[in-house]
Amino acid sequence: MKELFPAKQVMGFVFSLILTAIALLVYFLDLSFTAGLTILVVTAFVQALLQLVVFMHAGETKDKWAIYGNVYFMILIAMITIFGTLFLFVWDM
Amino acid sequence: MEFFERFAIPHPSPAIYASMVVIALTVIAIIAGLTYFKKWGYLWREWLTTVDHKRLGLMYIISAILMLFRGGVDAIMMRAQLATPDSKLLDAQHYNEIFTTHGVVMIMFMAMPFIFGFMNYIVPLQIGARDVAFPRLNAISFWLFFMGAMLFNISFVIGGSPDAGWTSYFPLAGTEFSESVGTNYYMIALQISGLGSLMTGINMITTILKMRAPGMTLMKMPMFTWSTLVANLIIVTVFPVLTVALAMGTMDRLFATNFFTSSNGGMDMLWANLFWVWGHPEVYILILPAFGLYSEIISTFSSKNLYGYTSMVASMVIISVLSCLVWAHHFFTMGQGAASNSFFSITTMAIAVPTGVKIFNWLFTMWKGKIRFTVPMLYSIGFIPLFTIGGVTGVMLAMSAADYQYHNTMFLVAHFHNTIIPGVVFAMLAGLTYYWPKMFGFMLNERIGKWTFWALSIGFVLAFFPMYITGLDGQARRMYTYSESTGFGPLNMLSFIGAGIMAIGFVLIVYNIYYSIRYAPRNIGSDPWDARTLEWATHTPVPEYNFAITPAVNSVEPFWDAKKKKHVLFPEPLKKIHMPNNSGMPFILSAIFFVWGFSFVFAIWPLVIIATLGIFACLASRSFENDHGRYISLEEVEETEEKLGGAKK
Ligand code: HEM
Ligand SMILES: [Cu+2]
Repeated sequence: MKELFPAKQVMGFVFSLILTAIALLVYFLDLSFTAGLTILVVTAFVQALLQLVVFMHAGETKDKWAIYGNVYFMILIAMITIFGTLFLFVWDM
Repeated sequence: MEFFERFAIPHPSPAIYASMVVIALTVIAIIAGLTYFKKWGYLWREWLTTVDHKRLGLMYIISAILMLFRGGVDAIMMRAQLATPDSKLLDAQHYNEIFTTHGVVMIMFMAMPFIFGFMNYIVPLQIGARDVAFPRLNAISFWLFFMGAMLFNISFVIGGSPDAGWTSYFPLAGTEFSESVGTNYYMIALQISGLGSLMTGINMITTILKMRAPGMTLMKMPMFTWSTLVANLIIVTVFPVLTVALAMGTMDRLFATNFFTSSNGGMDMLWANLFWVWGHPEVYILILPAFGLYSEIISTFSSKNLYGYTSMVASMVIISVLSCLVWAHHFFTMGQGAASNSFFSITTMAIAVPTGVKIFNWLFTMWKGKIRFTVPMLYSIGFIPLFTIGGVTGVMLAMSAADYQYHNTMFLVAHFHNTIIPGVVFAMLAGLTYYWPKMFGFMLNERIGKWTFWALSIGFVLAFFPMYITGLDGQARRMYTYSESTGFGPLNMLSFIGAGIMAIGFVLIVYNIYYSIRYAPRNIGSDPWDARTLEWATHTPVPEYNFAITPAVNSVEPFWDAKKKKHVLFPEPLKKIHMPNNSGMPFILSAIFFVWGFSFVFAIWPLVIIATLGIFACLASRSFENDHGRYISLEEVEETEEKLGGAKK
C-alpha cells in the first residue's frame, strides 16, 4: 500500500498551496514594502525548489550532481544579480 | 484605410522603396525557382522538417552569413555618412535606425547563429554522438531563431525599424519618445529568437553531459566542446533575465504599465541594469566558443596538443562566474556612488586575468610547434595581437573614474569592435574555412582565402583604430554628423576607406565559395588538415548517423592517437542504428510564432489570440504523439559504410 500512495507528491502539493497562500497574504495584509517583498522573494525561491525536487524529479537519477550543480550555479548568479542591483540602486545611489 | 496606414514606413526614402522592390522580386524569384525546378518537396523533406544536427547547423551558418551582409550594408552606410563633416547623405532618423539594426542584427542574428551553427555541427561529432540530446527541440530552436530574425528584418519595409540603439534604453525606447512600432519589433523579435537560444542552451548542456562516447571523461573533452558547455551554461543563466526584461518592456509599450517609465513609480535605469545583466555575459557567450575554435585550430596547425589544457578549462569556468559580476561597467556614469563603481571596476579588471591566461596558452601551444600557415591559422595568429589590444582598451574602460571620459565616445566603439571582429568574426571565418571540407567535401581556395584575411585585417585596423583617436578627442558615438571645425573629418574618412576594404574582404569570401565550388578538387579524403579530434574520424560527407560504431576514447585527442599510436577507435562490430524521425512541427510552430509576433507588434489582438491558440494546439498535439524514432537496418549501414570507404580505418 505504501508504494502506491504518492505521499511525497501529496505533501509537496499541500506545501506548495500553503506557500501560494502566504504569498497571497501580502496583498491582503497591510505590510511594509520591504516586508512584503521579502516574503514574496523567499516564498518564490522555496516554491521553485519544491517544484524542481518534488514534481520535476531532480535528484532521482544518477546524474543528480549535474542537475544540482546547475541549480546551485543559477542560485549563485541570481543572488549576485539581486544583491548587485540593490547595491547599485539602493545602498549606493 | 486607417487600419493599413500603420503598416506604412514613418520615414520613407527612395532607398527603402528600392529595397521593398528588391525584396519583393527576390521572394518572387525564389518561389518561381522552387516551383520551376520542382524543389518544394525536396525543400520540405530534406530541410524544413529535418532534425539532423548537421543540417540545422548548416542552416544556422547560412542564415548567419546572410545576416552578416545585411548588417554589413548598414555599417557601410554609417561609415559613408560619417566620412565627411556635415554630410547630408542620411538624415538623423535614418541614421538612428541603421545603427540600431546594425547592432541587433550583428549580435543576435549574425554572431549568435554563427556560433550555434558550429555548436550544432561539431559538438555531437566531437563527442562521438549520433545527434544532440533533443533533436526535435533543436529544430524548434533553429526555426524560432529564424522566424525572430525574419520578423526583425521586415521591420524596415513594414512599419519602420527600431531606432533606440541595440541597447534600447528606456525612456527613449518608451512610447513617449519612440512612437513607431519599431521598438515593438525589437522587443518581440528578440523574445522569439531568445526562446530559441534558451532551448539550445538546455539542449547542448544535456548533450554534452549525457551523450559523450565511452571513455570521454569531462577532462578528456575537446576544447571546443568545453567552451560550448560553459557558454551554454551562461546562456541558461542569463537569457531568462533578457526574457523578463523584454516582457516588461513590451508591457510598458503595449499595455501602458510603468516598469521603465520615469514617472508613476517606474525606474528607467532598471532597464539598463537588466539589459546588461544579460548583455555582458552575452559577449562572453560569443567569445568563449570562438576561443574554443581557436584552440582547435591552433593545436592542429602547430602539430602539437593544446598547451595548458587544465588551465584553459579553469579559466573558462572562472570567466563564466566573473562575467556575471561585472555588468555595471556599462553604466558607470548613471549616478551610483563610488563604492559600487569601484567594486565593478575591480571585477572587470579581474576578468582580464583568465583571458590573459588563455592568450599565453595559445602562444605556448605555438612555441616550437611545426606551424602550417593555412588560412584558419592566419586568422588565429592575427587574432592574438589584435584581440589583445581590444582587451587592453577594455581594461582602460574598466577604470570607472577614467570611463567618465571614454563612455559613449568612439573610443568605446573602437574597443568592442576590436574584441568582436578579431575575436568572434575572425573565429567564425577561421572555423568556416577549417570545417568547410567536412561540411561540403572540398576545400576553400587558400590563395583567395589569404587575400581575404589580409583585406579584413588591414581594413579592420584602418576602420577602427582611428576611432580610438577621435574618441579621445571627444567624438560621441551615435551622432549622425559633426561640424568641420571639430577636425574629425580626415580620420573618419580613413575609417570609411577601411570599411570599404573590409567590404572587399567579405565579397572575396563569396567569390571564394563560388570559385571553390567550380574548381576545387573533390578527392580530399576525410581528414584534409591532418587534425586531432574525433570529428575528423567521420567520413566525408558525414553519414546521417555520424559514427557507424560508437568510438572508444582514451585521451583528449583520440583520433590523433588512432593515427599515430595505434589506438583502436572503433572496437565494436556494426549494429543497426536508432535515429530520430523528421518532423514538420517545429517549422509550423515557429511559423505560427511569426504570425503571433507580427500581430503583437501591431497590436492586432484577434490575430494574437488565434495564433496563441495555434501555439498551444501544437504543444498539445506533441503530448499525444507517439514517436519512438526509427532504425537504420544493419544492411543499410553496411552499404553506406562500404560506399564511404569502410567503417574501420
Ligand atoms: C579584458 C576584457 C574586457 C574588458 C576589461 C572590457 C571592458 C569593457 C567596458 C568597461 C565597457 C564599457 C565602456 C563604456 O560604456 O564606457 C565595455 C563595453 C563593451 N565591450 Fe568590453 N571588455 C572586455 C572584453 C570584451 C569582449 C571579449 C567583448 C566581445 C566579444 C566585449 C564587448 C563589448 C561591447 C559590445 C561593449 C559595449 C556595448 C555598447 O555599449 O553598445 N568586450 N567593455
Ligand atoms: Cu561588458
